[in-house]
Amino acid sequence: MTAPAASIAAAPDAGLGASISVRDLNVTYPNGFTAVRDASFDLDPGTICALVGINGSGKSTIFKAIMGFVRPSAGEVRLCGLPVGEALKRNIVAYVPQSEDVDWNFPVLVETVVMMGRYGHMNFLRMPSRADRYKVDEALERVGMTAYRTRQIGELSGGQKKRVFLARALAQEGRIILLDEPFTGVDVKTEAAIIGLLRELRASGHLMLVSTHNLGSVPDFCDHVVLLNRTVLAAGPTAAVFTQKNLERAFGGVLRNFQLGGAALHDDDDARSVTVLTDDERPLVIYGDKHSRRQDPDGQ
Amino acid sequence: MDSEMSLLSQLLIPFEYSYMLKAMWVSALVGGVCAFLSAYLMLKGWSLMGDALAHSIVPGVAAAYIIGAPFAAGAFFAGILASVAMNFIKQKSRLREDAVIGLVFTALFALGLLMASIWPTSVSIQSIVLGNILAIADEDVVQVAIIAGVSLGILLLVWKDLMVTFFDENHARSIGIRTTFLKGLFFTLLSACTVAALQTVGACLVIAMVVTPGATAYLLTDRFGRLIIISVILGVTTSFAGAYISYFLDGATGGVIVCLQTLLFLLAFFFAPKHGMLASRRRQRVAIEAAA
Repeated sequence: MTAPAASIAAAPDAGLGASISVRDLNVTYPNGFTAVRDASFDLDPGTICALVGINGSGKSTIFKAIMGFVRPSAGEVRLCGLPVGEALKRNIVAYVPQSEDVDWNFPVLVETVVMMGRYGHMNFLRMPSRADRYKVDEALERVGMTAYRTRQIGELSGGQKKRVFLARALAQEGRIILLDEPFTGVDVKTEAAIIGLLRELRASGHLMLVSTHNLGSVPDFCDHVVLLNRTVLAAGPTAAVFTQKNLERAFGGVLRNFQLGGAALHDDDDARSVTVLTDDERPLVIYGDKHSRRQDPDGQ
Repeated sequence: MDSEMSLLSQLLIPFEYSYMLKAMWVSALVGGVCAFLSAYLMLKGWSLMGDALAHSIVPGVAAAYIIGAPFAAGAFFAGILASVAMNFIKQKSRLREDAVIGLVFTALFALGLLMASIWPTSVSIQSIVLGNILAIADEDVVQVAIIAGVSLGILLLVWKDLMVTFFDENHARSIGIRTTFLKGLFFTLLSACTVAALQTVGACLVIAMVVTPGATAYLLTDRFGRLIIISVILGVTTSFAGAYISYFLDGATGGVIVCLQTLLFLLAFFFAPKHGMLASRRRQRVAIEAAA
């Protein structure tokens, strides 16, 4: 395990560390469109990795390949060393959907959605055991949604909605968690709460892959980055990969880019300039060649 | 005293005829299964698929009666033909889905009417289109009962998996639920129950059986399990009562059943405790007063 805090051993059967290995992945859809070509990257336990790229860069295809929804035309994906189908059967992968993909008018309560996370652990009639109910209670408590458990999901705020699906992933006990745009429509307080939760999970050996447009938050909480543009442009630790040069390659002309000249800003001889990169949401600010980072409350 | 007795015996008359008993029980069974399916169908924006399906299978039913095959087999083939035709046209043209559905189902419906009028059979066009449960043949009762019973059994086994599939297909697949198989199963059950419902309410009104009870229950609860229970209770009681009342109104069973279902929907629409119109008004008024 990478993180020292993994000694908490909260991860279930931690012997099988959470890992993702994507080898020479090619995905061609039936209509002939090749969405991803020769993509390779490896992720280890105790990682929060951002999947960054423009729309159509293959982020969702990579997600689909990891969840076994598309069959690679070449190459392979292994999760915890297992083929995808095998990994899914063992409930290794939990998925937190994008808010737009959820039918919020569906007649289900918060607790029912979280219980769906347990279905993979139940028999084919999906009768919850006492342990299943306990896991649901625990997951709701952990995301602070216990008070809302009997609300219909459409009655919640944007941040609460997100937390319900996080709770479902917790209840599922998947050691690989895929999060699709977790910060869209979420207030700053909830964003901080979600990031705090992801850090706890990282400390217990989970592996999180986060698809996001929110470039500014990436250096805040992601220790790894995979940059995509229909193939992997760069993958590795955030400090090495999340650079202005790489981002410009990944986003082409799509990013808004402001450069504030160093000499124009102050009188001293510091020649570094401030670069603001933004893809709609929180901008990424690069001063000289370092990321601006919010201070970590828990000093990680 | 005498008049009271005679009123009561009047009301019990339908129970004295075996054809009425048969009609009431078969209607109730079919109504219940259709209502179960309606809980899912109306959530996905697929409601009109039920209508299209019911009209598309008419030529199959007509052909089955002409050659003396079981009507369910004919309906099954026509249903497959319809879905293949819809998919084919959708893929090979730029037409929108609603146009394709409209095109295919009216074409097949017209073909059915034509066939039944050229080769008159024991079953009239009228009873295919409007249903004729009061005159249902015994072998048809057996088919309907088998279809409804088997469908109900399957639904009771997979209702939770279907709920997850309809709510969040990605999650369903990620926990190993075979969603494509389940959706196929759902549409197979829907087709089968549509065929069964042809017997009770006819092709034109089948759509109400697979939409209205679910829509009514949707206004009354936020829990999917309860939604199914309410929906099935509504489907069973309105169908049973509809067949019963139709004895006194002389025919038109389908019309009575659907009118009863619509009546209950309207009651829920106005008076449902949380999602009804009056409740929303009340909430709005309270909010305005609180703000003032």
